Amino acid sequence: MSIQETTKQALSELFIDQATDTVIAEPPPAATEESVDQEEAVRLPGVIDQNYDTKGFHLDALVEHEQLVRAAEILFGLGFFIESITGVDWIKEDQLEAVYDFSRYDFELCRVVVRVFIPRTDPHLPTITGVYTGANWHERETHDFFGIVFDGHPHLIPLLLPEDADFHPLLKDFKA
Amino acid sequence: MSQPIELQKDETFVLNVGPQHPATHGVLRVKMTMDGENIYNAETVLGYIHRMHEKMAENRSYPQYMPNMGRLDYLSAMAFNHGYALVVERAAGIEVPERAEYIRVITVELNRVSSHLVWLGAFVLDLGGFTPLMYCFDDREQILDLLESVTGSRLTYCYFRFGGLYNDIDDEFIAGTHVFIKRMRKELKMYAKLVTGNIILMKRLKEHGPIDRDMCQRYGATGPVARGSGIDYDVRKNEPYSVYPDLDFDIPVYHECDSFARYMVRMDEMEQSLRIIEQALEKLPEGPVNPKKKPKIIKPPPGDYYAAVETARGNFGIRLVSDGTKNAYRLKLRSPTYSNMHLFDEACRGMLLADALAFMGSLDLVIPEMDR
Amino acid sequence: MSLTLLNAVIAVFIAICFVGLNAAYLVWCERKGAGFYQRRPGPMENGLWGLLQPPIDGVKLMTKQLLIPGGVDKAIFMVAPVLAMFPALISFVTIPFSETIVAHPINVGVLMIFASAALGGMSLLVAGWGSRNKYAMISSVRAVSQTVAYEIPLLITTITVVMICGSLNLSDIVQHQLGGFWNWNIWPFQKSVGYNLLMPISFLILFVCAVAETNRAPFDLGEAESELVAGFHTEYSSMGFGLFFMGEYANIVIGSCLITILFLGGWSCPIGDLGFFPFTNNVGWFLLKIYLIIFVFIWIRWTFPRTTIYGLLNLSWKYLIPISLFNLLLTAGLLKVF
Repeated sequence: MSIQETTKQALSELFIDQATDTVIAEPPPAATEESVDQEEAVRLPGVIDQNYDTKGFHLDALVEHEQLVRAAEILFGLGFFIESITGVDWIKEDQLEAVYDFSRYDFELCRVVVRVFIPRTDPHLPTITGVYTGANWHERETHDFFGIVFDGHPHLIPLLLPEDADFHPLLKDFKA
Repeated sequence: MSQPIELQKDETFVLNVGPQHPATHGVLRVKMTMDGENIYNAETVLGYIHRMHEKMAENRSYPQYMPNMGRLDYLSAMAFNHGYALVVERAAGIEVPERAEYIRVITVELNRVSSHLVWLGAFVLDLGGFTPLMYCFDDREQILDLLESVTGSRLTYCYFRFGGLYNDIDDEFIAGTHVFIKRMRKELKMYAKLVTGNIILMKRLKEHGPIDRDMCQRYGATGPVARGSGIDYDVRKNEPYSVYPDLDFDIPVYHECDSFARYMVRMDEMEQSLRIIEQALEKLPEGPVNPKKKPKIIKPPPGDYYAAVETARGNFGIRLVSDGTKNAYRLKLRSPTYSNMHLFDEACRGMLLADALAFMGSLDLVIPEMDR
Repeated sequence: MSLTLLNAVIAVFIAICFVGLNAAYLVWCERKGAGFYQRRPGPMENGLWGLLQPPIDGVKLMTKQLLIPGGVDKAIFMVAPVLAMFPALISFVTIPFSETIVAHPINVGVLMIFASAALGGMSLLVAGWGSRNKYAMISSVRAVSQTVAYEIPLLITTITVVMICGSLNLSDIVQHQLGGFWNWNIWPFQKSVGYNLLMPISFLILFVCAVAETNRAPFDLGEAESELVAGFHTEYSSMGFGLFFMGEYANIVIGSCLITILFLGGWSCPIGDLGFFPFTNNVGWFLLKIYLIIFVFIWIRWTFPRTTIYGLLNLSWKYLIPISLFNLLLTAGLLKVF
């Protein structure tokens, strides 16, 4: 089995008590400019394959915030390394998204993206520094820019912003 | 040198390797708690040159943001250009003509050699050898002159456009590159004898600064830092992009995990880059350097996209979240130095101050890239 | 009586001028040499070949503001540069430049030089402690342990030579080596050193110790620029720094004078006194030899990276001291036999 399938199977155990099947049909991103008007289907938690050539990653997992640490543990056990943690501010849906990128060191390429959506007011996420020590700085940076509080983080102080900063610049309603 | 058995916690003092320091290659502050000459604990404080590039991306259109890429890691700016061009081309579905791909590879590899030359000079300077710096900068001048004649800038390049390049290269550039490759091969032999073969250097670097494979995986270290620890990972081979699959080159991997292994990885990489440039010059096809059809305003379809390239320091990744407008909705820059530097806090415990600074030099840090 | 006093004062004054000129123009030599090794011209702007650079640097150093950081121990802070410069000056008084040119011959010249070297070592400690700066503290701790470690093989090698020549007086040591390079102490195949084949090794040990004692690269951990900003003299500005600087170069000259006198025959001509210029035993040969050694000092500085503190101390305690002790015993034995 290819590493993509192995990983997908391993991650799917997070979702076995979901009623729906893991594969959810999502309309592929159209290359034309009218796609802006199309409505995206609402995604449920699960793992789906993505087209690497158009998107740049192989697996896309949407998890609930309680499943985050378990997902990180599964991926660490399979030999993935953490590339980055990105925050995205979806102000229209009143949600914050944290996107975790993982990749592999060997020649069986498989890029895994783990997403989690949290409400915009009082956002909390569990920290994965117990699994990936490198997430320490990534989480501090996401906290700096978006205000997401990572519970259990050993030292959640501003990393890139000044020590006394209480503003979060990358939020869409941030006024300098 | 072996580390002492026990560090006395109550006899420590805090030494501030401050933002202004000759060895930190930029504005980086490390708060070291020292027990005499040994480091008990180190805490890196970043953010002294944080310019919020990611917010700038949301306020500029895609072509307008290209010059920012050169300012991130100024020593390896071509590769950053390449990463950004890759992700937007992937998102918007723009084709790149073959000649442009080959020229991109040639310029990126020339930039890689010049970045490694700066690293070599600065690293040996940190160790106290003042002379190789001048030799490295002399060789680097040749590269900078070549690239200036084509791109117009010496350091912060903004040469790539979506779908191709700013302008084509001429015969002078090709002839100059051939001359440079011959010269550089001779110089590499000289560096091997004078610098690498120096017993004091070898004693300073061998068996100092160990980073094992597990640490690399936990921190996400890539580039020569990972390759010096036995991890065979190079984006150009593991996740090929552009025309790298058509070119024949090796990835140097050393298993000793010490500073000397990382040093040797970069020296060998310079030789491999010269190989790549030679082959690319041979295979360079005729043709245009920009696609015939390119949208006037770049508006990638909504969704998120990812691309990664290999810069001189490691795996540079860009995550682009687009909402279909002409500005990016969110652009995340995954800088290799950021993940590499994170190792330092854990790896330097128990080291001597001099060894810790040599270790920092072997990580090849560029602080503006780390802070973005 | 007053005439000899006047003579003495003039001689000391000339010695001090020699030191000052050396300290100033050695900097120029060093910078030109560095440029040569680094594919660049070195100082070019001020005067022909940059020869006016040292006086202009001197003027700059003298006119800068003499900053004394708050909270330092003022007495110690201000004494340290003087302690750096003073021993080198007084050592010069005993060095014989030629048969007749010696400022004040002392019967225990060797002892005097070592005593003043020890005093110079104290300046490192005092400067670091008085600066109220952690970097300076670390650097002076390193520098003092280095100085102590390298004084010992220096002494042992010197004792070996003193044993061979039978006197502590520097002029006598040179007299013992007159008559061509086959009489010099570095040459192993002669009866006066007891055919001791390890004499060149002794010379090398003395050379390495001289480089280490004067805090030159590759042993310049005390002022490791890229690690500790400027080491023990971080907090000194203007003439305080100028004195340290000059003291370092004066020490280099003293070090190479010592090497020349002990092993290379001082002012003696390499092919013996042939009676006609320039092949007579004169001061020209002395100066030529010390400047050749200083050239090698400069060459080494710009070629090698720095050692670690443990590598440095290991070299001295584990290698140089046993070898020089062995050589001392061997020489003593061989002198008895031959």
